[in-house]
Amino acid sequence: MSVSERLHPGVNLGATDPESHEAAEEVVFGFWIFLMSDLVLFAVLFATYAAMSVQGIAGGPAPAEVFDLTAAFVETLLLLLSSFAFGFAMLAMKYRENARSVLAWLLATGVLGAAFVGMELHDYYVMITAHGAPPQASGFLSAYYLLTGTHALHVSSGLVWMVIMAVQIAVFGLNTAVKLRLMRLALFWHMLDVVWIGIFTFVYLFGVVS
Amino acid sequence: MNDETPAGMPASEYGSEFGERLSYLIGLVLALVLTGAAFTLVWMKLLTGGAALAVLGLLAFIQVLVHLRCFLHIDLARSHRDDLKLILFTALILLVMVSGTIWILYDQHLRMMP
Repeated sequence: MSVSERLHPGVNLGATDPESHEAAEEVVFGFWIFLMSDLVLFAVLFATYAAMSVQGIAGGPAPAEVFDLTAAFVETLLLLLSSFAFGFAMLAMKYRENARSVLAWLLATGVLGAAFVGMELHDYYVMITAHGAPPQASGFLSAYYLLTGTHALHVSSGLVWMVIMAVQIAVFGLNTAVKLRLMRLALFWHMLDVVWIGIFTFVYLFGVVS
Repeated sequence: MNDETPAGMPASEYGSEFGERLSYLIGLVLALVLTGAAFTLVWMKLLTGGAALAVLGLLAFIQVLVHLRCFLHIDLARSHRDDLKLILFTALILLVMVSGTIWILYDQHLRMMP
């Protein structure tokens, strides 16, 4: 097995750190299995939402009346840019082992992610106060808050994880354990962006079109 | 696509910082274009009804592939087939669960209409 070979999803350390590269294969693949099972959870929530958004209006507000597409678009950009920033954090870790620039990119990622969560909470606030659309109003809204809320909760735990990793980088430096944890966090973060593609398309855009 | 390196991709794509940065940048630009197209479609009301849903679904599917390829670095090379198999199997499970749920619940919905 050569060190230049790619062993797992995400950024591979390869020849820049052969020892960590070898160690990464197993743990990253294990984490990949977790991510796939997490996707199954989201799939079930998507299926519930798909059924509820058509059949579960229950005389309450319809999707097109309560969704703010502009907000959804900005949220999409925030999450996409934050995913991109994490990619550059990983490259700074791989090629330069420069803790300072890794931390700077992580900070950018975290700020964009926090802005995303903040905007979503603001969306909820507007929906509940201005549109009279709290979770208990209809099956559609219960499913909506459950699906987007689960995603927002995932993003929030990603942010907590990011803070913990920043502390670990500061305390331990970029050793093998820290690198492997960052690689898994990167996969988690990118996967949440993939789930968001489903949410902005099947929840927001579909809701406004139909 | 052959087994060593995907067609049109330089062999150094994962071996140099420039190559890897380029991969993320390409991913970002493609994702922005696809997202922009999807939202423009709805904002400008370019399509309606089933056609709009179909195009939006297709755009989302392509964007997922772009993210998997450029951000998660999943490709078709032979050295890491396990990841790909896991994704394909998960996709199968997802397809069965989501389409099955929608089918059954919609059918029941129709039967329960007054």
